[in-house]
Amino acid sequence: MSSFTKTFSTTMGKKLIMSLTGLFLALFLVVHLIGNLQLFKDDAGKAFNEYSYFMTHFLPIKIISYVLYLSIVLHALYALFITIRNNKARPVGYAQYNGSANSSWSSRNMGILGTILLIFIVIHMKSFWWEYHNGDLPYARYEMSLSNPADVTFTPLPFDGNPLVHSEYVDSQSGKEVVVAKDLYKIVVDAFGRLWYVILYVLSMIAMGFHLYHGFQSGFQTLGFDHNKYFPAIKFLGLWVFSIIIPALFAAMPIYIYLKQFGLI
Amino acid sequence: MSGNMNLTLKVWRQANASDKGGFVTYKAENISPDMSFLEMLDVVNEDLLKKGTDPIHFDHDCREGICGMCSLYINGRPHGPKRAITTCQLHMRSFKDGETITIEPWRATAFPVIKDLAVDRSAFDRIQQAGGYVSVNTGGVPDANEIAIPKVIADEAFNSATCIQCGACVAACKNASAMLFVSAKVSQLALLPQGQPERYRRVQSMVAQMDAEGFGGCTNTGACEIECPKEISMTNINRMRRDFFTAKLFKEEEI
Repeated sequence: MSSFTKTFSTTMGKKLIMSLTGLFLALFLVVHLIGNLQLFKDDAGKAFNEYSYFMTHFLPIKIISYVLYLSIVLHALYALFITIRNNKARPVGYAQYNGSANSSWSSRNMGILGTILLIFIVIHMKSFWWEYHNGDLPYARYEMSLSNPADVTFTPLPFDGNPLVHSEYVDSQSGKEVVVAKDLYKIVVDAFGRLWYVILYVLSMIAMGFHLYHGFQSGFQTLGFDHNKYFPAIKFLGLWVFSIIIPALFAAMPIYIYLKQFGLI
Repeated sequence: MSGNMNLTLKVWRQANASDKGGFVTYKAENISPDMSFLEMLDVVNEDLLKKGTDPIHFDHDCREGICGMCSLYINGRPHGPKRAITTCQLHMRSFKDGETITIEPWRATAFPVIKDLAVDRSAFDRIQQAGGYVSVNTGGVPDANEIAIPKVIADEAFNSATCIQCGACVAACKNASAMLFVSAKVSQLALLPQGQPERYRRVQSMVAQMDAEGFGGCTNTGACEIECPKEISMTNINRMRRDFFTAKLFKEEEI
């Protein structure tokens, strides 16, 4: 065995992979969130559809997206390897176990929370990622007045197999910016119009909050980061940003769109 | 005597390493609240001996909280419900009259049960032998305090060195990980000048032995530092990680 594989086959090496992939996924959440905030815009999905096109066609982001898929797979796979080893380390459990006396609930249930998130990611990617890449998505045509960006007209267009239909240009004669893009926004609105889907998303985001409450600071510890000078800041960030604000904003999206269809927002 | 307690004990009995084992219920009657937990077990054992039954096997030695020999997983926690003490320092006043107390051995593949509540903790000795020492040349006696060590570093090394190898960290960890023990033993030497020549070889050797013994991996639940009778902190674990990854990435020493 080479020194490289030897290092990553130790218990600490395996956790290093968990930590690096996990922190990368946490960082991705920030980017994903900022992009998806376009859903809150009242522009018939123009900004969101432009963003979707950008994310799927800009080369550096495409490369990073493959790192992301690999991270999800490695994170789940190594979690499985580590759990199997940890179960082998204690084949006979305790009759009475008082875990809440010495550890947080999140830290003892990372596997269950992670499994919920993996199932969520599969459903989530099937609904939007797969549909965007392989589904017969309709197109949307937007005409935005350059003098008044709030003036956007939206025309639905049918599915077109030719990817060159996508276009973004400025028509200086009419003073308008014209965008023709795949209408992922419609798919999102349709999905979030269903109550069970909204519930699934909200529950998954709660699971994500608990997962990151332990995971974010644990990831830093696995890398060896631990000093009174900065560790409280990492814990603060893990609690407020990664386990409360980010999941809450993600959960707000399906709720917002669900309520919007009834004119409640 | 008034104020004495009557308790029900659910004790793990296992004849030997290959026996399946199971819980047996005993009555502990007229127990003084001032007794230690081990003295209470002594009373129960006296009774068992009189009846001609095999007494409950449990580990103990100094009975003053410094040797690390006593163990016992009491009501779901190693060394019982109190912080920063070993089972021998746990008094019966920490329990209520009439209470049922569940007593189990440390549970870990690396700590096989010898008999009843006594487990084989020699895995810890083998980890120590893998590198938990400093090599010292013979020769003239060096002057005391010849090597300057900052006070904070000396204190931190001493904190790490208070580990008594009892194994409560392994028992408490949901993964049966020995990271707190190993990291304390790595830290106490890695912090001091005398430990530097073997620092990066030591951490790799001890981690390799820890993995070979079949302990689980650390998931930072923090249970170990809460249950450690000597309050060894998880900072040791993170220090060991820095040393381990530094050794693997940047150092010449290979094992």
